[in-house]
Amino acid sequence: MATRNEHVAVGAVRRNFAPWSEPGAEPLIRFDGVTKRYGAVTAVDALSLSIYEREFFCLLGPSGCGKTTLMRLLAGFETPDEGRVLLAGVDQAAIPPHLRPVNMMFQSYALFPHMSVEGNIAFGLRQEGLPRDEIRARVDDMLRLVQLSGLAKRRPDQLSGGQRQRVALARALAKRPKVLLLDEPLAALDKKLREATQFELMDIQMSLGTTFLVVTHDQEEAMAMADRIAVMGHGRIAQLDPPNVIYEQPASRYVAQFIGDVNLLEGEVTGRDGDLCTVSCPAVGSALLVASTEPSAPGQAVAVAIRPEKMRLGRGLPPPGTANAIVGEVWDIGYLGDWTTYVIRLADGHLLRASQANVARFVEQPLTWEETVHAVFAPDAAVLLSR
Amino acid sequence: MASRRGRGSSGGALVRIWPFAWLVVFFALPCLLVLRISLSEVATAQPPYRPVIDWSAGLDGVLAAAAELSLDNFRLLLDDGLYWQSALSSVRLAATATLLLLVVGYPMAHAAARLAKRWREIVVILIVLPFWTSFLIRVYAWIGILKPEGLLNTALLKVGIIAAPLEILNTETAILIGLVYSYLPFMVLPLYATLEKLDGTLIEAAQDLGATPTKAFWAVTVPLSWPGIVAGTLLCFIPMVGEFVIPDLLGGSETLMIGRTLWSEFFGNRDWPLASAVAVVLLVLLVGPIVVFRELEARRSAPGAGGRTGGS
Repeated sequence: MATRNEHVAVGAVRRNFAPWSEPGAEPLIRFDGVTKRYGAVTAVDALSLSIYEREFFCLLGPSGCGKTTLMRLLAGFETPDEGRVLLAGVDQAAIPPHLRPVNMMFQSYALFPHMSVEGNIAFGLRQEGLPRDEIRARVDDMLRLVQLSGLAKRRPDQLSGGQRQRVALARALAKRPKVLLLDEPLAALDKKLREATQFELMDIQMSLGTTFLVVTHDQEEAMAMADRIAVMGHGRIAQLDPPNVIYEQPASRYVAQFIGDVNLLEGEVTGRDGDLCTVSCPAVGSALLVASTEPSAPGQAVAVAIRPEKMRLGRGLPPPGTANAIVGEVWDIGYLGDWTTYVIRLADGHLLRASQANVARFVEQPLTWEETVHAVFAPDAAVLLSR
Repeated sequence: MASRRGRGSSGGALVRIWPFAWLVVFFALPCLLVLRISLSEVATAQPPYRPVIDWSAGLDGVLAAAAELSLDNFRLLLDDGLYWQSALSSVRLAATATLLLLVVGYPMAHAAARLAKRWREIVVILIVLPFWTSFLIRVYAWIGILKPEGLLNTALLKVGIIAAPLEILNTETAILIGLVYSYLPFMVLPLYATLEKLDGTLIEAAQDLGATPTKAFWAVTVPLSWPGIVAGTLLCFIPMVGEFVIPDLLGGSETLMIGRTLWSEFFGNRDWPLASAVAVVLLVLLVGPIVVFRELEARRSAPGAGGRTGGS
């Protein structure tokens, strides 16, 4: 039902899309020192952020991090206590929600239960006072776009969850907004449908050229769809980067832990040779070598962040002289089919996660419980985090 | 096992029959009794009417009764203008009061439903609070307020808005005031119940799509509170048509309302058959609007009956 195979060209067009790195590019949306408080709680804290035209932008964070408030500030349902929200250079402070050139797809979809699919999609166009023929044509276009042409007369309660999601999308896109706001757009769908819909959203965004601002707590969703992700925590932006940078070069322990699995080994910088830092980690026993361009002085407390898939496991003790070898015993094994995750217990009780791709179907002697193993990683496979 | 199941299902049958039995004993049978009296003639007796059917004559008596079935009482209702005029003016007054109740009650229910939860509960208690005083006393109190030298006139004269006391008591205005006051909770509570359940994001969605707050109200809030509007209207309109106490106390002697007419036929003229005929006609008059409303509601909630999008 939700399969489309037309998302071929996306990568090609996307390859060189990076307006945020072009000097002098005007952002479409600008949050300028925005603060929003609810009583004693500061939901958004002096936050500044620029989003560019045609961008697929994700606000990612746990619940309560202020991401939804930020979106509602842009839609006009909340007013900032401090700072400005600008859209295409215009301060939105005095503009009520119904006059803003943004449309929102609500998490609950908020479809009007007393109207048909057609009526829901036409609602926004009717408010504009468009002629009847034009409304009909635009509604038909939208129904085709989300592949619901046969269901125009249905009521929302006669639709499946996936179909409702499409109606909500069509309704929000019908007015051709400058910015489409999507609040947890895929949260209510099951896993299979979610993956298919991800690609569909990307296709639709590409073909319409609308700027998408997605709020989500699901990192996979954000990683798969976004041009850039803003990881939020406590009303601030913890990191703002493209997905691969967020994953491979997290800026802080918070970001590293929020995105994907990571092992954090706390320690202290003891020496530095060019880009190569020596870090002593009490949990490991031996010193670790980590490549880092960040200036870090000896004595500085840092965490060595290493993703499970960036370590290689070997049986027994490592050959003498091997750099970055962490010795422990297999504590737990999680077989996932494509990957196997090993939990390795270090001498001091620390647990380390290492995952290995199952490239061969049969292994003579697979690693087993309580076996002594060593995990090895290259100096540039880990990241030094000082925050 | 089988016997247990048997007992269970007979208990289930009892539960299913119970409401019907209740309706038969306390609604259908009394209705038939009234209908029977309405077909009989007045007599100086106890009770003051002559039975239609002579049961002692057996089947012959029933046949004789059927042969000379008297619809005289109903014919009289049609011939004498008093009855259909009072029925008509009852419906007119009840309809006006229902409209006023919607105008007054809807904003109240809407505002109450939008309050914080704690305040909402307090407001609901305040709406129900008048029920703790006798209905009769509350209507009497209105006499004190509305009479020429009453509270309202004294206040208005003091402030200087009027030069002479207003003639409100014993007019239709007084009846309407009394009706709106007395039935307000019956209008507000069902409206509040539906408006409280209304999903606030629907209003946000309407505004997000370009509807002004006013348009969002008419296109989303009102249609979605339709069940509450129907329930409140029925709860108020039906008893108001047959209302007796309010027109009797506030409306003065010339007021034509079917409830008063009914009362005076029963107790003033001791003409039970005619009074019963009035009651039967009143019942039929009231069943009409219920059927219409139910039909409207069924049509609105019927699946696939889209297209009613409003706001255009």
